[in-house]
Amino acid sequence: MHDQGTPRAPYGVYDSWFSGQNNERLAKKSDEAEAFFRRTGITFNVYGQTDAEERLIPFDLVPRILSAREWQKLSKGIEQRVYAINAFLHDLYNRQEILRAGIIPTQIIAQNDAFLPQMMDFSPPGDVYTHIVGTDIVRTGEDDFFVLEDNARTPSGVSYMLENRETMLQMFPELFSTIKVQPVSDYPKNLRRSLEACAPASFSGKRPCVVVLTPGIHNSAYYEHSFLADQMGVELVEGHDLRVVDGHIAMRTTRGYKIIDVIYRRVDDEYLDPLTFNPASMLGVPGIMDVYRAGNITITNAPGTGVADDKAIYSYVPEIIKFYTGEPAILKNVETFRCSEPDQLQYVLDNLADLVVKEVHGSGGYGMLVGPAASRQELSDFADKLRARPSNYIAQPTLALSTVPIFTESGLAPRHVDLRPFALVSPKGVNITPGGLTRVALQEGSLVVNSSQGGGTKDTWVLED
Amino acid sequence: MLGKTAGGLYWMFRTLERAENTARLIEAGFRIALTRSTNAETEWRSVIVTSAAQESYEAIHSSYDSAQVVDFLLRESANPSSVLSVIKQARDNARLVRTALTTEVWSAVNETWMLFTDLLKDPIPETELPAVLATIRQQSGLVRGALYGTMLRNDIYDFCRLGTYIERMDNTARIIDVKYYSLLPAPSFVGSRLDNVQWETILRSVSAHRSFRWAVEDDFTAPAIADFLILDRRMPRSLSFCASEIVSSLTHLAEELGDREASHDLADALNTRLINRDISSIFDEGLHEFVGGVLESTAALAGQIEQDYRFSA
Repeated sequence: MHDQGTPRAPYGVYDSWFSGQNNERLAKKSDEAEAFFRRTGITFNVYGQTDAEERLIPFDLVPRILSAREWQKLSKGIEQRVYAINAFLHDLYNRQEILRAGIIPTQIIAQNDAFLPQMMDFSPPGDVYTHIVGTDIVRTGEDDFFVLEDNARTPSGVSYMLENRETMLQMFPELFSTIKVQPVSDYPKNLRRSLEACAPASFSGKRPCVVVLTPGIHNSAYYEHSFLADQMGVELVEGHDLRVVDGHIAMRTTRGYKIIDVIYRRVDDEYLDPLTFNPASMLGVPGIMDVYRAGNITITNAPGTGVADDKAIYSYVPEIIKFYTGEPAILKNVETFRCSEPDQLQYVLDNLADLVVKEVHGSGGYGMLVGPAASRQELSDFADKLRARPSNYIAQPTLALSTVPIFTESGLAPRHVDLRPFALVSPKGVNITPGGLTRVALQEGSLVVNSSQGGGTKDTWVLED
Repeated sequence: MLGKTAGGLYWMFRTLERAENTARLIEAGFRIALTRSTNAETEWRSVIVTSAAQESYEAIHSSYDSAQVVDFLLRESANPSSVLSVIKQARDNARLVRTALTTEVWSAVNETWMLFTDLLKDPIPETELPAVLATIRQQSGLVRGALYGTMLRNDIYDFCRLGTYIERMDNTARIIDVKYYSLLPAPSFVGSRLDNVQWETILRSVSAHRSFRWAVEDDFTAPAIADFLILDRRMPRSLSFCASEIVSSLTHLAEELGDREASHDLADALNTRLINRDISSIFDEGLHEFVGGVLESTAALAGQIEQDYRFSA
C-alpha cells in the first residue's frame, strides 16, 4: 500500500470488486478456507513442542498483487542472483578464484560449517548446485525491492504457493475471470522436468527416475514433501527405503530394489550420509556420497550449497554477482553489518535498539533480536551474546517495510510482508514461477513473517501484461 | 510401489479394521453389562482377552470394572490397540502413504482422526457411549466407502484389502477362541441361560445377531452359530469369507506384479481348510484346536506377506 494508505495501482480492479463485497460473506469464506486446509492436512509441526501439535498457517484471502512490469524486474534480478550463486559454488569447490582474488576472506569460508570439504574438486551433474532456490524479497517503496535471504539449500513453502492459489480459485472464481493472473500450476511439472534435466551423465535409460527424500512424517514440512511427490508423480522415500546397490542408489519396492537417478532431498546435509557426515543419522543413506562422487546419482540441492546462503556470505553477494557476471546486482541487498569485524560490532552494540540481529546460521526466525521491539533486559542479554561470539551474528537496519492489505473483522488493514519466489535451475536454464509465497506478519506493526512465529500466508498474483 | 508404501497401506487398513472391531466388542460387552449384570465382570474380562490386551490392562487395573475397561479400550494411550491409538496409527500411516491415496480416502481418514481426537478427549460417560460407538462404525464405513468408490483397482487397493481381511480374520478367530467352550455341542449346556448369553455376545461382537436370524434357518444352536461364523461365505466377517478375500487379493497382486510368492501358498492352504468343510468335521477335529490353528496360520501368513512384499528392509 502507498504511505497514505491507498492500494498501489495493480490492485485497481480487485479493489473495486472488494468494495462490492460484504464482510460477513468474506468472513465465512475465510472460515471455509481454514476448514479446507485442516481437512486436507495442510499443516506443519512446531519444533520444541512436546505433543508435536499440528498447526495451520493462517491464510489471508486478500491476494498480494504485482504488475507484470514489477515482476519482470524481480525475475531478472533473481535469475542473475541464482546464476551467480551457482558460479560461486562451483568456483568455491574447485579453483577458488574468488578467494584468490581477495573478494571474500578465506576465513569466513574456513569457519563455515556449511562448507563441505567432501565437495572439493568435484562437479555435480550439469554443474548445477542450487536446483531449487527461494529468494526472500522485501519492498520499501515503489521501486525499492531488497533481497533479504537467498535460500539455496532446501527452501520450503512452495506447496503453499500452489495451495493458496487453488483455494483462491475455489473461493473466488469470479475474480479470475475479470482479472488475468499468470498461472503457477505448472510448477510441479516444471520441477520434475528440471530435476530430470539434471540426471547424472551416466544415465542412459528412457526417463530418469526421480524421488523426493523426506525425513519422515514428523518433519515440520512433511506435508510439502508428500504434496510435491504427489504432484510430480514420483515416489516419496525415506532413508531406510534406499540403499547402495552395485554403485547406484536404489529404492526398495515390493518387487525388489530399483535404481534411482535424481534425489530431491529435503534432508539436511548433515544427515545425508552417516558414513560421511553425522554417524548417528538414521535419515540418510550410508554410502550415498561415494555414489554421488562417482557420478551415479544427482542430489538436489547439492551438498554444501548452504555455504552460499549463509548470512555472513549474504553481505558479499553483490560482489559475487559482479565477479561472475561482470554486471552490477539488479536487486539490492539490505545493508548488513558483519559483527565479526570489530568496528562493525561496535556500531551494532551502540545501535542495538534500532537493528535486527540474526544468527549467521539461523533460520526460521529463531534466535534473532528485533531491536525496536525488545525490552531493555533483552537488549542487554543479547549484547552479552554478541560480545561472546561476534562472528555468529550479523545485523541489519529495520527497513521501513512496505505493507499490503489483509482481511480483518473490521475490513482491510495494512500488514508487513515478504515474498519468496521459487527458481528452478537446470543446464537448460532458470525457470521462475510468476508469483511465489507471500508471508505476512499478522500482528499489527510486526515485522516477523515466519510461520513458526505466527506469520500467515496469502496468494501472490502476477498480472498478465 | 515402495515396499514401505505397501506396508503403510496394509497397516492403515488393519488399524482401521481394529478400531471398528474394538467398537463392536465394547458394544457387545456393554449390552451384556446392562442386561445381565451378574455376568458383567466376566464379560469385560473376555472382551479384554479377545483384544489381546490382558497383559497391558492388568498392568494398569486390578479389576474388570465397566468404566475402566471401556476407557482402556477407547482412550488409553498405554494400550496400542485402543481406538484412539489405532486411529492415530491409521492416520500416521495414511500420511506416510498419502501419495498412494485418493483425496477422498485421505480426507476421510484425516477427518476421522480429527473427530476422534476431539471426541475422545475426556472419558466417555455411559449415556454417550452408544453414540460414540456408532460414530466409530460410521467413520469406518466412510473410509471404506471412499476406498471402494474412488480407488483404482490396482496393487494399492489389494494391499488395503489384505490389511482389512487379515485383521478381520484374526479378530473373528479370537472371538470364537475366547468363547469356544460355549459353542461346543455338549448336551448338558444346550438351552441353558449361560449359553444364550454367550451366543448373543458372540453374534453381537461381529454385528451378526440380526443377520444370523435371516440367513440361518436353524435355531440358535451351537453348531449353527459356529458354522455361520466359520464357514458361511455369505457372512462378511466369517473366517471363510475373510480367507477367500485374502486369496483373491493375493491373486490380483500376482497378476499385477507378475509373481506368485510363498504367501500365496500359505493363503491357499488356509482357504482350503475352510472350503467344502462340514462343521461337524471341525468339531471332530476339536473346535479350540481348529481355531488355534487358524490364528497361527493367519499370523504366519501376515508375516510372510510383509516379507514377500518387502514392507521393511
